[in-house]
Amino acid sequence: MISSPDLVAFTKENDFGDANVDNSLLPEEFNVPPFPYSENENPWSKTSYAKFTKDFILISEFSEQVGPQPLLTIPDGPKVCGTFDLNYFSLRIMSVDYQASFMGHPPGCNYPKLNFVEDSKVVLGDSKEGAFAYVHHLTLYDLEARGFVRPFCVAYISADERKIMQQFLELSAEFSKASECLKTGNRKAFANEIEKKLKDLEYTRAILHKETELQKESNGCFSTQAIEKANELANVEKSIYEHKDLLRQITSYPNRKMKDPDFLPYDSENIVESPDLGQDPVNDSKPQGQSDSPDIKRSPSYTPQLIKAKSAKCFDKRLKTLEELCDLYFYHQTMDQLKQIEKTFRGDLCHIYTNQIGQALLKNQKVTNFLFEDYSSWEEEETDKDTYNEKDNLLNNLPPPAIIQAGEPVSLESYTSCVETLHIKMDPGDKVKEFQEEDSTETCAYDIAQGLSDECIDAMMKGSLSSGESIEVLGTEKSFKVQGPQLNEPVTHLSPHYPVIGRKRVVTKRANSEDSIEVLSTTDSIIPEDLRASYPIYEEDCSDTGEDCTSNMHEPIFSINSDTVAHNECVYGTADLVQMDVTCCMGQEGLNYKVPSPELGQECSANGVVKQEPQSCPQGDLALQVDFTFDDASISDGPASATTPYELNPNCLSDGTSRMTLDDCSDSTSFMSTSTCSDRTHPPFLYGSPITVKQKRKAGQCALRFIRQYPFAQQAIHCLLSGRPLVVLGSDERTVRKLVSALSIYVPNLGKYGESVKAWLSSPFQLTDLQIWKLIGIHKVASPAGFSILHSLKRYGRYISILDADQKTLRCPPYRGTLVERLADHRTQIKHGSTYFLHAQSSLTRLCAKAFLYTFCHHLHLSVNPSEEQEVVAARRTQFLRHFSCDPEDGKVLQFLSELIKCHYLRGPGKGVSPPIFGFNYVTSVVYKI
Amino acid sequence: MLRWILGGRETQGAVEKNTVLVIGDEQPKNVYTELQVLKGHFDIVRFLVQIDNFRFASGGDDGLVLVWNVETGERLQELRGHSQQITAMAAYSRPGRWAPHTDLLTASSDRTLSMWDPDTGNRVQTVSDLQSSVKCLLVLGQLSLWISGGNEMCVWNRNFDLLCRTDHHSDAGIAAMVELPKNCIAAAVDKEIVIYRLSSVANEADMVVTEVRRLTDHRDSIRALITINDQLFASGSHIGELIVWHSLDWTPQVFECILWDHPHVSPQEEIKLGGQKQSEMSIHHMASVGEFIAAAVGSGLYIYNILTRSVVAYRKTAHDSNIRQILLLPDGTFAKTTYGQNIASGTVKLGSFSHSFLQLMSCSEDGSVRIWELQDLPLPAEPASAGFFGMWSFGRTSKQASQPVKKVQEAPALCTLELIGDLIGHSGAIQMFINFTDRGLVSCSTDHLIIIWKNGERESRLRSSSLFHKLDQNGGL
Repeated sequence: MISSPDLVAFTKENDFGDANVDNSLLPEEFNVPPFPYSENENPWSKTSYAKFTKDFILISEFSEQVGPQPLLTIPDGPKVCGTFDLNYFSLRIMSVDYQASFMGHPPGCNYPKLNFVEDSKVVLGDSKEGAFAYVHHLTLYDLEARGFVRPFCVAYISADERKIMQQFLELSAEFSKASECLKTGNRKAFANEIEKKLKDLEYTRAILHKETELQKESNGCFSTQAIEKANELANVEKSIYEHKDLLRQITSYPNRKMKDPDFLPYDSENIVESPDLGQDPVNDSKPQGQSDSPDIKRSPSYTPQLIKAKSAKCFDKRLKTLEELCDLYFYHQTMDQLKQIEKTFRGDLCHIYTNQIGQALLKNQKVTNFLFEDYSSWEEEETDKDTYNEKDNLLNNLPPPAIIQAGEPVSLESYTSCVETLHIKMDPGDKVKEFQEEDSTETCAYDIAQGLSDECIDAMMKGSLSSGESIEVLGTEKSFKVQGPQLNEPVTHLSPHYPVIGRKRVVTKRANSEDSIEVLSTTDSIIPEDLRASYPIYEEDCSDTGEDCTSNMHEPIFSINSDTVAHNECVYGTADLVQMDVTCCMGQEGLNYKVPSPELGQECSANGVVKQEPQSCPQGDLALQVDFTFDDASISDGPASATTPYELNPNCLSDGTSRMTLDDCSDSTSFMSTSTCSDRTHPPFLYGSPITVKQKRKAGQCALRFIRQYPFAQQAIHCLLSGRPLVVLGSDERTVRKLVSALSIYVPNLGKYGESVKAWLSSPFQLTDLQIWKLIGIHKVASPAGFSILHSLKRYGRYISILDADQKTLRCPPYRGTLVERLADHRTQIKHGSTYFLHAQSSLTRLCAKAFLYTFCHHLHLSVNPSEEQEVVAARRTQFLRHFSCDPEDGKVLQFLSELIKCHYLRGPGKGVSPPIFGFNYVTSVVYKI
Repeated sequence: MLRWILGGRETQGAVEKNTVLVIGDEQPKNVYTELQVLKGHFDIVRFLVQIDNFRFASGGDDGLVLVWNVETGERLQELRGHSQQITAMAAYSRPGRWAPHTDLLTASSDRTLSMWDPDTGNRVQTVSDLQSSVKCLLVLGQLSLWISGGNEMCVWNRNFDLLCRTDHHSDAGIAAMVELPKNCIAAAVDKEIVIYRLSSVANEADMVVTEVRRLTDHRDSIRALITINDQLFASGSHIGELIVWHSLDWTPQVFECILWDHPHVSPQEEIKLGGQKQSEMSIHHMASVGEFIAAAVGSGLYIYNILTRSVVAYRKTAHDSNIRQILLLPDGTFAKTTYGQNIASGTVKLGSFSHSFLQLMSCSEDGSVRIWELQDLPLPAEPASAGFFGMWSFGRTSKQASQPVKKVQEAPALCTLELIGDLIGHSGAIQMFINFTDRGLVSCSTDHLIIIWKNGERESRLRSSSLFHKLDQNGGL
């Protein structure tokens, strides 16, 4: 209902404060960024030149043997990418090492050290191909690989750049989850591998030791053979030591994030104890079957080769596949997650966007949303609150003890390691590094920022020109850690300079964009956990300064380059976001953007890199990132707009966003015949699985047919709305189920799993059933069972309404009100089921709003002063109800909804310990016929 | 009047062929518009005992005793301990420090007696290995004693010390007991009412129970025994004898034999009815308020005025089957009346006031609770014929139907019991109900369920006020 496109309109961004002044304007929450005007007015024509039709997910690897190569796409199949050249695109997105992983022997350490590298998140664009991608780089460990690492990337590829930019936050969150899952599985497999290798080595050592002794005895201590053997032995010893160290490193990886029940907790014990799923493929895949099987191990001539094989990299060696690199369980879970992501982000940006807004709003209607809303869209908030810490951990989990041990110094180090590689590539000079260490004052920072930005652009231009390749990194932004108590000052100082930077960026882009991949932005997902605590301060600051800046900032950009607009407009879902957005960008420019978190105390090492390529449009992703933390913190107490995009329900979206099916369209012609009963009948709800919007839309189709077929549809709907259980009686199961599913959209408080509906019942029902089921389909048979059903129908006749599907009659209290009229007009012009569903939903929302008002109007229920009689209050109540609609029957609907709201509010969403309340009226029923 | 008869017959339909009187769905005087079904028992629920203003206990054939909150429907305690069905329950109040504290006495077929604390759910006291299972319990608040009646009568004090006992009675045992003035107790033992006197011996601790008198006026076993007031108590027997006794000298004051069938019914008809006769006559339950005694006679209702010593109103077939319990509501929960004040001021005189205040509830084996109102006959003939028309079952000829009309006309003081509402919910015989007045009515049944019937309007109001209370607490939405 709220997500209905009709409600979406354009508003200005900066009139949030005085929204009350002009009533004609929609509230800020409904705001959708206007489509940027260009010469081509058709918003859909823009994406037409892409070589693929649908968005998809691509997994690529930078193979040490063949270079970048695509591994798989989700969804799978040749149709997915069309003529789009995956190889080419893989090459492009994998050609820059954003992760900057440093592996191997660090100085001062003579054995390999594993680096736990954070994933990098980059938005890349290929303007020629018309493809834009969110690219998530990650590194997996492989004992046989160079430096033990195998770089991979997971990319979400879309033809719509704005979609990527605007959904960056969600994409980043979802991909982080998937990546985390994959990496966990990989760590497990890796540890397994090392353990096996260790066993081999131990065995080798034993053999060698024996041989050495033999040699010593036969040839003397200083014979060449003996010395050789001793050297070999020493090598093996060293190797064992190294491997043990590797094992220690990999197993000491913090598992605290794995509290999520979905994940198998990974720890060293598990590896030893459970030779599970993941191990087998690893074993099988060992190229030469080296050393794994005990049989081979027994042959002493083989063992020395083991070490040699390890140290010698041969190119004909078969590298492990992704599946083999990862514990199977985690691998499949990752794939499922990726599929889910694909589903979630399917469809037009506008659609996704409206859905997000709708859901964000729904979450704020805590009091009434249980009545008619789809559960999945708001309900998880409660669960989110519980699991939120875990989620955060999952997202921010990466800092392992090896990298972040105690705050500042270590993190700085870990950061610079990332920076260094970028330096190498981009040649920004040492200034950045210097700058990092500088705790500059704001003016200083400002100067430097200005200088740097120019410099960086130069540097980058050089870099990109000299590379000879057409790849252009427009901007990266590494692990931006929000900083600084002086939030306000830098913002105000810097705002005038922003356009300048923007212009420069444009220049660079123009120069190289002929055939280029543009790195539009990257971020790292490190968000200090402590930051969340500091969120309130942060928000305040932003809202103070954000607004004036907005106006300053955006117009120049608009005028300069329409392309950038898209980026700038990224996350303007809500007023707060807009503000956040802008301030963050400024903060970034200003280098002095201090983390207001008291405990954190971490130097923001990010700024150096930020300054490297500030000229892209980083505000979008910055905003995203900041917003990301913002979201984390504000989930429970944030204002309406604060909770916008994050907690998308995959379920809901996947079903909700799927476009209108052919079913829905084709149905619309067949209602007029009363006997329509197409074979497409779906069981309305699979009991036990949550009801989805899709099912409800299908139900909308049935409902549309129902109200056209049955002149007493209004009466039936009134029964449901006023809480009187409706029994659909029929001998044909399909007909009954169809009717039930049609009517189910009118059942208030349907329940997540449709608990209030019993689609098909062949046994007599009890009074207790009526407390729960408000819509029951009953099998009419002429048998003893049928008789007892009939008996229960008669016995509880006063509590229920009976719709006889065979005779087409309805026995229910008379209804002549106007409330349902609009909802069920049998002359309705609506043709499509989903349209009708939206119509019904919006009508029901109106009803909810009325019920809410009715429930929470104090003086309608309680006396204003103690002396006031109960009758006076009752009279006021009646008056109020009459004001809404003339008919007392309509009043009953409101009263029933109001009771539901009260109970819900008092008891909470759970059923509580007390049994449900069943209310009814003593009203004579009449029989309606067709 | 005519409307509901017609409406009733219309809806009788195939299902409830034997329904004599059916009220339509339109029940403006019925305030019970909300119900809660309480599940918890696994067998027939037979007993309900009110503990205090908001709690009650239920006991059933599953040996379980459950304590419930009538306002929320919450199950507060589960008292487990009896291995067999509960045979009697009583609430035992004693003055507490701030408020009277109520314990719960339960008796079971496993021949144990237990006392429970409903606050904690603890079994405070228990006695096992009784000689016979206890059929009834009587709490004597003033003496702070309680009496259990089975095959013999035992007198206990609060600490479960057996003070004294009577000899073994018959196998029938004591079916019912009432407290009489001067430490006397009337116990119904089969066809007799035995009067016992409790007297304390020299030291206070010991009690002696002595049989004082046996009243043998009933010709069949006594089913109901109630106290009317300080001077009177009443008993009803299986064959419809209703005797009102004087509480002090134990002499019968009124002897009424309720015969539904008209005296000059043809012999043939009598034979025809013979099979059903006994249960139809049986007085299952009696209730009294003021000068009125209501008796459940078979499936019929009968209201007697002890001042005028005349029948006020009756319905031969008020329910489809036997009535288990009746309840008189003088100042009813249904209609605002001034009856209570009238009684108090002693201004009530028969014939000088309207009977419309008196309401009566009955529950029956047919699974329904019905609410009746005592109404004057607006016109002597028409409603009476309607009423009596309803009383006859379908097999009868119209010839008989006309006869009672004469009788009604002969008795000018006769009123009608008008059905103003019925509560349908149970699918089995209703064993018992208790009335929490404002808070609702609780009924228990053979279908293992307990239903709380509530005044929907009141509940809605209460919910609203607690909503705003919570709103205040939360400081807004």
